[in-house]
Amino acid sequence: MEQLRDPKISPTKKTFPVKGMHCASCVIVIERALQKVEGVQSATVNLATEKATVAYDPQVVTDLKLAAAVSQVGYQALLDEGIKSVDSAGLPQVDVEKKRKLAELGSLKKKVVVSLFLGGLVAWGSFPGLMDTAPMALQIFWVQFLLTLPVQFWAAFDFYRATISSLRHRTANMDTLVTIGTSVAFLYSTLVTFFPESVKSIGIEPMPYFDTAAIIIGLILLGRYFEAKAKAGTSEAIQKLMGLAPKTARVIRGGKEIDIPIEQVVIGDLIRVRPGEKIPVDGVITEGESSLDESMVTGESIPVEKTKGDAVVGATINKTGTFTFQATKVGEGTLLAQIIKLVQEAQGSKAPIQRIADLISSYFVPIVLMLAIATFVVWYDFGTQPVLLFALLNTVAVLIIACPCAMGLATPTAIMVGTGKGAEHGILIKDAESLETAHKINTIIFDKTGTLTKGQPEVTDVIPFQNWKAEEILQIAASLEKGSEHSLGAAVVQEAEEEKLILGRAEKFRAIPGHGVEGLVDGQKVSFGNRKLMDQLQVNWQPHNGDMERLETDGKTVMMLSIDGGFAGLIAVADVLKDSAREGVAALKKLQIEPVMITGDNERTARAIAAKVGIARVLAEVLPDQKELEVRKIQAEGKVVAMVGDGINDAPALAAADVGIAMGSGTDVAMEAADITLINKDLKSVAATVILSRKTMWTIKTNLFWAFGYNIILIPVAMGILYPFFHILLNPIFASVAMAGSSISVVSNSLFLKRQKIW
Amino acid sequence: MDQILVTLIGLLGISFTYWYFLGKREKTVVAGDAIDIVVEGGYSPDVISVKQGKLTRLNFLRRDTNSCLEEVVLPDFKIRKTLPLNQKVTVEIIPKQAGQYSFSCGMGMYHGKIIVSDGAAPGKNIPN
Repeated sequence: MEQLRDPKISPTKKTFPVKGMHCASCVIVIERALQKVEGVQSATVNLATEKATVAYDPQVVTDLKLAAAVSQVGYQALLDEGIKSVDSAGLPQVDVEKKRKLAELGSLKKKVVVSLFLGGLVAWGSFPGLMDTAPMALQIFWVQFLLTLPVQFWAAFDFYRATISSLRHRTANMDTLVTIGTSVAFLYSTLVTFFPESVKSIGIEPMPYFDTAAIIIGLILLGRYFEAKAKAGTSEAIQKLMGLAPKTARVIRGGKEIDIPIEQVVIGDLIRVRPGEKIPVDGVITEGESSLDESMVTGESIPVEKTKGDAVVGATINKTGTFTFQATKVGEGTLLAQIIKLVQEAQGSKAPIQRIADLISSYFVPIVLMLAIATFVVWYDFGTQPVLLFALLNTVAVLIIACPCAMGLATPTAIMVGTGKGAEHGILIKDAESLETAHKINTIIFDKTGTLTKGQPEVTDVIPFQNWKAEEILQIAASLEKGSEHSLGAAVVQEAEEEKLILGRAEKFRAIPGHGVEGLVDGQKVSFGNRKLMDQLQVNWQPHNGDMERLETDGKTVMMLSIDGGFAGLIAVADVLKDSAREGVAALKKLQIEPVMITGDNERTARAIAAKVGIARVLAEVLPDQKELEVRKIQAEGKVVAMVGDGINDAPALAAADVGIAMGSGTDVAMEAADITLINKDLKSVAATVILSRKTMWTIKTNLFWAFGYNIILIPVAMGILYPFFHILLNPIFASVAMAGSSISVVSNSLFLKRQKIW
Repeated sequence: MDQILVTLIGLLGISFTYWYFLGKREKTVVAGDAIDIVVEGGYSPDVISVKQGKLTRLNFLRRDTNSCLEEVVLPDFKIRKTLPLNQKVTVEIIPKQAGQYSFSCGMGMYHGKIIVSDGAAPGKNIPN
């Protein structure tokens, strides 16, 4: 166990009651669980008092962590302080953060309004063309000076502060450029205001540029305001996910239903859920049935019917019935918590495409500073009269127009929106690199069982012979198979149950491995199995061989039924295709992606199934451990390959593929093995993943194009490169408009991704 | 005459800018179990040496109001954290492989480096 990291910090001790203990081994279990929490120095549990005492590093350990640790092992810690992390005002941490952000935005807004209002007045009194309409007072230089003063030193205070601390660390950023640019304009104007004669003496008309300083600050702050608002939108998806978690659960304890905070729910708790309520944690239904809306977690839009024994997912909504379920995962173990963690991790990762932008932005500001000095020198040495004025204004324009922020925002904002949008549709992307690679995929290999098919055999055909009816055949076979454990038998029983057939009484049941089953059903001697079994019993099945071969060519397993020695009929069972299989494959073909099917089945069955979904390339009779090799063989053809499997049995193949996609599973193992996890079972989401990746990459590329193109084109314009040819110069005020606009356009472009269709 | 002077001062200015911002020498600080990193006009310290396979706590404390610095990103460890002003935020890492891993602000303007000694891609992080 890790000991306390900082010797300067003394540990905090806390004693709290623990519920659910009944023996000495509970004590050890809870002590161990608490000691495993990072930052906990010691933990002792007293069975007699039912209390735990923990010494821990308060900077690392929260009540929530302690309560979660106890809950994970099946007990309940009653921490009297709020379980959630709260601030002094008693607000949860998420709300505190929101409050802080709102306050920040409010103060920024105030600065924008004041700067633009004062800057507007100054511009009215000094801008050629406008000034004639302005009151005389506004045209007085020192009035303009007084009006600009609060803008320069109050509204722009944060620019100065950031610049000073940057310079102290020998780094430079956006604020450095704005501070130097506006300070140059402000200082020159102050000089003109207080020493007009000195300026006149060097041949320059004494004209201040207070409007430039004030309006630039106002516009840049306005740009920041919009940027901050837009940026908040890029992380909306994760906030939405966090907001999904319910706050309370109705737990049945001691025969009574009580509402408790979600954090106090422990594994094993029985929880009652009524119609319209949210399911608090993950679990398994023990009583009742209902229809559940799981769209918020899995992206699956159609409500799912659930009954006793089915798994339910926390944060989904119970629509119709009332049911009771047993909690199997709580706290950080729930699917929702894992989704949030995965999305957060993806948003913290970096796409390879960002490397170049990062490299450039780390040198960008110093380079712009050098270019600004060069601009001053060149204009001073070779410019038109008055050289000093032109040199100053163009230098300011260069400093103001340069926008490293747009480059820095180009990739991460798109990745944040992309991964968030994915999560909303049940597409969980492990990291930015996977999202980037997915747009290059041109071949997708599907594992058959459980991915293209449902993974559970179902009865597909019931063919009666002689005077038997299909229902009777099914009813008799199911009555016999009731006692069998074979998956094919289970399929027959399930079909009979679905048909609401009343099963008869089976006696003397006997399973004959490799052949089938036999026994007595309601007094009749019944045998159900393959050709070998029928041959052994000398049942004449040969006249129906044509029917059997036809079914087998369709990829089905055929079983024969004989009743009292007579051939009564056939029942065919097959692992049926998912409803979405055909559409999912067709969607990929539309994207010019070649679908491939990989399976252990024999060639005839495999081809039959592949043909049904529209897959031409089939890799049949592949043993599970050879799948990885097959993936590598296709990669060797120069293809960018994605492998779609269940994530548990296919882990090596998923890892070998360029992008490993685990389907229909929210288990830790699958999420760990795959680059992308699709938590719904809809095969169309494979194509949606590729579309999402392509659209995200398009957004990143357009963002980078704008951000780079903007700086590459406009910095030389601001330097005055067009002046010798067209007499075009960039007014610093317009430079600030362009600069503010460039960051906003990049963030807006990323936000536009939210509205794009991927499904 | 004044042009020569301006040119000379300009050249000096450019050289100084280059030296000041790009010619900076890195100072590596060895982290024990934990290290406090002040976020103000950059990260100090900005080059941190940690041991491979060992849990290290990076305590970020943002004192700078600049919104550029409000997030810290450790891409190799898949960590992106918001740093509220004047509030310590702890990031825990257990680097599994030796090498150099950069970290930066959310917009990639300010950079720092984690040097993992003894032993390459980083391992799992323990989220806070």
